[in-house]
Amino acid sequence: MTEDFYRRADGVREPDPTLGKNYQPASVEPVPPAPPPEAPPEPAKPPKRQRVVLADPRSRKTTPTLRARLELEQQTSWGELLIRDLVKHQLRTALGLSALVLVLLGALPLAFYLWPGFAALRVVGVPLAWLLLGLLPFPLLLLAGLAYNRLAERHERDFVDMIES
Amino acid sequence: MQLNPWALSGIATVAVLTFYLGHRSSRFANSTHDFLVARRTVRSRRNAAAISGEYLSAASFLGIAGIILKDGADGLWFPIGFTAGYLALMLFVAAPLRRSGAYTLPDFLEARLGSVVLRRCGTFFVVFIGILYMVPQLQGAGLALTTVLNVPGWVGAVTVTVLVGVNVIAGGMRAITVVQAFQYWLKLFAIALPAFVLCAVFLAGGKPGPAGSLGSPAPPVFAEQTTVDIRTDVAFEVGTLTQVRIEHPGDAAPHEEIWVQGSTQELPQGTRVWFTAGTPVPTVSDAAVTNADWLHPGSEGLRDLLQTYSLIFATFLGTMGLPHVLVRFYTNPDGRAARRTTVHVLLLLGLFYLFPTILGALSRMYVPELLVTGQTDAAVLRLPSAMVPGVAGQVLGAVVLAGAFAAFLSTSSGLLVSLAGVVSTDLSKGRVLDFRIAAGVVGLVPLALALLLRPNDLSLSVGMSFALAASTFSPLLLLGVWWRGLTWPGAMAGMIIGGGLVLGALAVDLVSRFTGGWAPWFADQPALITVPVAFAVTILVSLATPNGKPADVNGVMLRLHAPDRLGFMRDRAVARFGQAEERTRMGRGRHRK
Repeated sequence: MTEDFYRRADGVREPDPTLGKNYQPASVEPVPPAPPPEAPPEPAKPPKRQRVVLADPRSRKTTPTLRARLELEQQTSWGELLIRDLVKHQLRTALGLSALVLVLLGALPLAFYLWPGFAALRVVGVPLAWLLLGLLPFPLLLLAGLAYNRLAERHERDFVDMIES
Repeated sequence: MQLNPWALSGIATVAVLTFYLGHRSSRFANSTHDFLVARRTVRSRRNAAAISGEYLSAASFLGIAGIILKDGADGLWFPIGFTAGYLALMLFVAAPLRRSGAYTLPDFLEARLGSVVLRRCGTFFVVFIGILYMVPQLQGAGLALTTVLNVPGWVGAVTVTVLVGVNVIAGGMRAITVVQAFQYWLKLFAIALPAFVLCAVFLAGGKPGPAGSLGSPAPPVFAEQTTVDIRTDVAFEVGTLTQVRIEHPGDAAPHEEIWVQGSTQELPQGTRVWFTAGTPVPTVSDAAVTNADWLHPGSEGLRDLLQTYSLIFATFLGTMGLPHVLVRFYTNPDGRAARRTTVHVLLLLGLFYLFPTILGALSRMYVPELLVTGQTDAAVLRLPSAMVPGVAGQVLGAVVLAGAFAAFLSTSSGLLVSLAGVVSTDLSKGRVLDFRIAAGVVGLVPLALALLLRPNDLSLSVGMSFALAASTFSPLLLLGVWWRGLTWPGAMAGMIIGGGLVLGALAVDLVSRFTGGWAPWFADQPALITVPVAFAVTILVSLATPNGKPADVNGVMLRLHAPDRLGFMRDRAVARFGQAEERTRMGRGRHRK
């Protein structure tokens, strides 16, 4: 569907401005030859090198991006659908990760309450409860954060790629 | 206690460095954009250090060790919750919140829901929470200075207010970003060094400490004859038959007294108690009495379980409603940077919170007399000189004190900036001059309250502001970011009812504390009830008032969620104060992009 959309959008051409008008070619007056260019004054610093690019591959992309952005901004049904989709993805990721953390951490008080023996277990002399509460939650939280960062950035990249393609 | 020159020089060093760094970066601060959000160009690593630096308040630096000394394993939920709050913040609001382009939390509410009434209401709660959070910082400063330097309590509060006020008024957010980033590393050093040294002393000494080993089920005991001065009124349970010499405030001479097992003793301020060696330590009434209780989480049955879950609720969701945390997120260049900043914050906080736990456990063995006085917040400050006698202990104590002082300074400055930002943009025109005036006025209120109110446990009063933030702003933020159906009457109703319930619980708790502790468990930690109620009210009222939806809800959602590269983000500031990018390019200094 999107392909069809692009083809149609690309296929629209500007009508020829001369169409249907009494068109006369402009007469060309002879132009005196330009004076030889003056040697530019030697700059104190050599000018910065500039890379000359004849055909910027990105410039070809700008048209569809602009159009997609416009589409998003004016919130046509297509743009709204896209954003809804992205929001749903991000929310699902966030809810999934937070559910994981909540289950892992939130089960601990209940476990300690229901099985007092579990809280009294010892690992190399340190009570298990202290390891589970004082040490291990922090790496868990950091890992969850890293995972979300990766996933959320991937979603955004996919979204941008889809729009710019 | 004698005047300790090391401690004095520690505090002086922190104060001078804070002032110097603030002064150095405030030279470049000249626009509203600088003052409110440091031009939104703070890189994510420095921003993470600054966020952690401002977040690790007196409650984290002193309070957590104190609460672990008192409550044991149950106290471990405080650091977990304080850190996990950032995960919730990151998963649900960090990037969209930054993309909203708002300056302050009320600004975000207006941007999302387009209602000025709602904005005013938000302003009230932001200011209220900020002040509620700032009071314990100032009281903590008083406590720290009293413990180590033997000066009256108001000196600490006034010193912190003046130092913070000068920096904030001079340079706003621009100045304090650098200061806070520095203060995080200072705090980490100040708590890690004593933890390592004292652990080494503990392991090398090979003995379990004067108060008995933590593994033994009995309550800790006094190792030698100990004199305890009661500085605030306390009530405590007596675990075993105890013989003491006691001098009540009016008495001419001390007399012998025997406390029977299971009785509750109430000692007024000014009492002096002598314990002989080998006496079990009586503990303030809400603390774990025996080491076995202390070591095991949830030893007090269902009440403990519910309170723990309530605490988890409050801290997980409360972090995203704290004004000084949110305002730092607006300083990120874009939404993606806001997310990355939070990952760094999770790392930095996790690293920090390992150490108060260790110090809290050690202090149960070495400074048991704090359980009698109830001043458990002083545990970290007292521990070094109790474990290492002589100059080494004094130096360690000075390092801890410097860190604690940095904690008071950085949290107070963060709060002051966020409050001044809210007040100046909402109640006046939001120019630099307004910001400065607002900072001056806002700084005086918590100072007055800190001097008037009686000091409480740092973590507990901070826990209350978390509960308040969780019940007012977290429904608004979560639903506002993810649900198109949110309307402004719904948001307003949820905020007022959630906040009202917490304030009611706070009042009940206060009254019950003075009249014999009859309140049920949720008066102390109400989040488990108030947060779901706030969410339910917000959703139901929103469904009932579909007309309250802003007209351009789709446009707002697009701005909040579209990736940064597409460039939909529009700073609300630009419309109000003019283009800031021009000035950014002209400016020089460390905040360049």
